[in-house]
Amino acid sequence: MSSTTESQILRKTPLNGLHRRLGAKMVDFGGWDMPVEYPATGGLMKEHLAVRTGVGVFDVSHMGDILMRGPQALDAVQWISMNDASKLQEGQAHYSALLYPEGTFVDDLIVHKLGQNDYLLVINAGTREKDYGWVRKNVTRSRGPADDVGDYYTQLAIQGPKAEATLQKLTPVDLSQIKNYWFKHGTVCGLPNTLIARTGYTAEDGFEIYVPSDVATSERVWNEVMEAGKEFGILPCGLGARNTLRLEGRMALYGHEISDSINVWEAGLDRYCKMEKSDFIGRAALEKARTEGLKRKLVGLEAVDRGIPRDGYKVVDQAGSDIGYVTSGSYAPFLKKNIALAYMPPAHSELDHEVFVEIRGQKVKCKVVPTPFYKRPKKVV
Amino acid sequence: MAYPKDYKYTKEHEWIQVNGNTGTVGITDHAQEALGDIVFVELPKVGAKVEAGKSFGTVESVKAVSELYAPASGKVIAVNETLNQSPENVNKDAHGAWMIKIELSNPGETAGLLSADDYAKFVAEEK
Repeated sequence: MSSTTESQILRKTPLNGLHRRLGAKMVDFGGWDMPVEYPATGGLMKEHLAVRTGVGVFDVSHMGDILMRGPQALDAVQWISMNDASKLQEGQAHYSALLYPEGTFVDDLIVHKLGQNDYLLVINAGTREKDYGWVRKNVTRSRGPADDVGDYYTQLAIQGPKAEATLQKLTPVDLSQIKNYWFKHGTVCGLPNTLIARTGYTAEDGFEIYVPSDVATSERVWNEVMEAGKEFGILPCGLGARNTLRLEGRMALYGHEISDSINVWEAGLDRYCKMEKSDFIGRAALEKARTEGLKRKLVGLEAVDRGIPRDGYKVVDQAGSDIGYVTSGSYAPFLKKNIALAYMPPAHSELDHEVFVEIRGQKVKCKVVPTPFYKRPKKVV
Repeated sequence: MAYPKDYKYTKEHEWIQVNGNTGTVGITDHAQEALGDIVFVELPKVGAKVEAGKSFGTVESVKAVSELYAPASGKVIAVNETLNQSPENVNKDAHGAWMIKIELSNPGETAGLLSADDYAKFVAEEK
């Protein structure tokens, strides 16, 4: 598709210049030049803790957005995604996924029901073109248009127990009335009709807002959010903290926990896959896979011995035989443990089961633990 | 950050302070800054042999694993065990948080390493 020269040019969000002025450490993330952490304000660990205990803000404008409209929009969404969008009310969103006919993942996404015939799909950055192509290919004209509107929005994620108090200063919309995975449109930083969704990828309370993608507006909104969060110790947060936060919350990352070779049951995403709804791509294969039983499943591991299990490391049994592999592993800054998600045969997946992760030739003892590793405290209303 | 004048440096960002037959080894402030929050340090045991230019352990930040390369050859005579519990000491004071002490098998070997000024220049060019 894209030539070598094209793929070498990194895409930039409207906040790229601001990240660089803040001295962020930048990385190539799925073809995007993105901040991994902001060393000048303390770096990854502090960013992670800010989101767990206060508030942090992330530029997630690299995420893609697909708008599906028209009288056939619901049919189209139902056909291409595994959750049951007919259950969504206007103003409600849910986690879902695009599947291949094999029951494996094109991508995961959040579906927002904007209106009766109007759905917004928020997809991953690294898979934007692939996803859009997949949607276009599988939604024939009769099912209505699907538009790639990713470049029209700067998307900010304001996350943490103080996210509501921070954002509330910038909008007249009563944020306490927006439930988890619901959204409203309202004025934010003087910008009318801004989408404010109570969603995120941090296993913490928080909001994602979608504002116009010109540099001036994007930077103004970012700065106003920073100012509003100042009293709560708000920090700019990079993809590094985003990754450790989502890992503690056992949230899937495309290319790691989910991919074109992993199916829904293996990934443990059963509750977002509605087999009883109308037919959808991947359903038949999943039906078959269900009768065949699981050969592997995603489990949580915690290192017992010293060592950090990392992405791609092998999981072995006492005898040293291969039994699985780590999909994501890291030091967990809030839990202060070394944790990992790994695909393993069900026989090795009971809680407290002892396995070993091979780290540079050494067998490091780990045990199977419940997931999510971290669950946010219930809010006392 | 000033690089201590009495240390020698490698292009892999380790430092060594030679005192007679003993070399004390750590990583540079530039290295800790590039790594970010250090959460794990794996060091050899006392008595282990290390060889100049070869890996003697690893240092891990939240994001990445990096090899540690010995600035000189010899036998490990001391290991900074406090880094097991407090690897962040390397971030706080890279030039003070030593990792291992080596009994040098060939003290002349360190002559080829970078001086503080040359290392500072090398880092500036790398950036």
